[in-house]
Amino acid sequence: MLDIFLSPNAQWVLFSTLILGTAAGMVGCLSYWKRQSLMSDALSHAALPGVVIAFSILGYKNLPFMIFGAAVSAFIGAWLIQLIRSSSRVKEDAAMGLILSVFFGLGIMLLTVVSRKGGGNQAGLDSFIFGQAASMVRTDVYTMMAVAIVIIAVVIIGFKEWKLFLFDPDFAKGLGLSSRLMDGLYLAMLVLVIVIGIQAVGVILMAALLIIPPVSAHYWTMSFKRMLVLSAIFGGGSGLLGTLISTMGKGWPTGPFIVIASASIFLVSVLAGTQRGLLVRALQLQLQRKQHRLESRPIPRQPVKEGK
Amino acid sequence: MSYEGWILLTAALVGISCGVMGVFLILRRMAMMADAISHTVLLGIVTAYLITRELSGWHMLVGAIIAGLLTAVFVQWLHSLGVQQDASIGVVFTTLFAIGVIMIATKTGNVHLDVQHALMGEITFVPWQTMEIPLLGEVPQATFILSIVLAIVLVMILAFYKEWKITTFDAALAASLGIPVMLMHYVFMTLVSITTVASFDAVGAIMVVAMLITPAAAAYLWTDKLSIMLVLSAVFGVLSAIGGYYIASWIDTSISGSMAFATGILFLISFIGSPRHGFISRYIRPVTLAKE
Repeated sequence: MLDIFLSPNAQWVLFSTLILGTAAGMVGCLSYWKRQSLMSDALSHAALPGVVIAFSILGYKNLPFMIFGAAVSAFIGAWLIQLIRSSSRVKEDAAMGLILSVFFGLGIMLLTVVSRKGGGNQAGLDSFIFGQAASMVRTDVYTMMAVAIVIIAVVIIGFKEWKLFLFDPDFAKGLGLSSRLMDGLYLAMLVLVIVIGIQAVGVILMAALLIIPPVSAHYWTMSFKRMLVLSAIFGGGSGLLGTLISTMGKGWPTGPFIVIASASIFLVSVLAGTQRGLLVRALQLQLQRKQHRLESRPIPRQPVKEGK
Repeated sequence: MSYEGWILLTAALVGISCGVMGVFLILRRMAMMADAISHTVLLGIVTAYLITRELSGWHMLVGAIIAGLLTAVFVQWLHSLGVQQDASIGVVFTTLFAIGVIMIATKTGNVHLDVQHALMGEITFVPWQTMEIPLLGEVPQATFILSIVLAIVLVMILAFYKEWKITTFDAALAASLGIPVMLMHYVFMTLVSITTVASFDAVGAIMVVAMLITPAAAAYLWTDKLSIMLVLSAVFGVLSAIGGYYIASWIDTSISGSMAFATGILFLISFIGSPRHGFISRYIRPVTLAKE
């Protein structure tokens, strides 16, 4: 059991999911406040055809190139969602569901063709659906970490700008902050964090890594800064925990375990969160009831004369 | 009926039932709810399998209905706790789906139920699992269940057509008229769940989303009338199901993937060429208006 922790390769993998979770938690926070949580789900599914096409062009697994392919196809997906929403009467949720399922269908079509032709070499491709952190090699880990660190840096450096952009876009515009630039940057970070995550977590569950940590963090604080920090910690923690658990069994997929770890943190937050958690609410309600009882204690009654 | 005939019939049934349900999903702006339910249905099926240890259609149907309703209830509950609607959908379905995948990957081991099958479906196996029906003889189980589900869906929608229409377009008016809006919401979620699980064997969990949303979205571009939209969406569903089957056998690839892709092509055609809300008419109309 312990030698899992000691093997340097496993340590690298653990470290990379930790960083990935941190970056995803931070970007997820931005998309939570942009009210686009499900966009990450659509984009992660839309990345699949790009991964498969990149693989079939090269003929072997090369993570940087596949990340590039995934990013291109996710961007096309995002652009199409935008186009459908803006130039037809179909609403955003339908556009997302549509792009998600059609791109995923195309990805599965291509995947089937590639696996039929590719022989044993495509074994790594299946892991893109559910994620298999153990299948990552050292260079994959480096690529992932480099991208994740850049994303974390962009969020931290531009913290003030992000805050303005999310909460008061008009004021941001007044200050000369280009909303097109910020929108583009946000989308780029969202797509990047998704595509570096699909190797470890898989296209289907990648969205959870972006959605659950911010929601959990929101139960502990009302301040955006603290929420960002907490969300990063929760994301990193669940990445670490999920990967650890998934190494205990043979062939266990990583993604679902990371999601379960994340969901456990969420449950604790819903119950015990200091800001809007259920326990706190119940306590507050009790307190208010008590106060109400104290305040509205009946005034000592005057002896009423019985009129008889 | 021939082997291919059964497959085409099954695909067509999926197309009709998903197409009809999809119309209401689109109009109620609950497209992503369909995505959520199609994922969580997996948990229902796995749990039903773990309890009964058999892969029969009826147990799965019950498991899926429970899972679908649980999803709807959880999403509603989180939303009432102050979580944004789409974030609460995201939290609920990813968690339940992850539990389902873990149960398959760890507990049930290498049984017949594998994730790949549940996600992608395998319509080519449908004709092999037959059952005896009086009068009709040997009928594939999946096809039989699909026709029952389609009948339920059609009866529910036609019987309460007016009520569905009002709750869909103006929930507040419906409530003021005394129509139980919340009850209808959960009945609707149940219908979506049974449609999803019945289509499961044929097209798999994720392609169901394509069959539910895309034909309806395409139909939405052609008409403004609910009744016509329902018919069109069903027709589009059948067209893309059958078209997808032939694309798949042409380039020899995943049938469910091709069906999803075919729905995408149909939508693309509607998106560009629809006379009323299409992309081209947007540019032509101002010109013709200017000429008049």
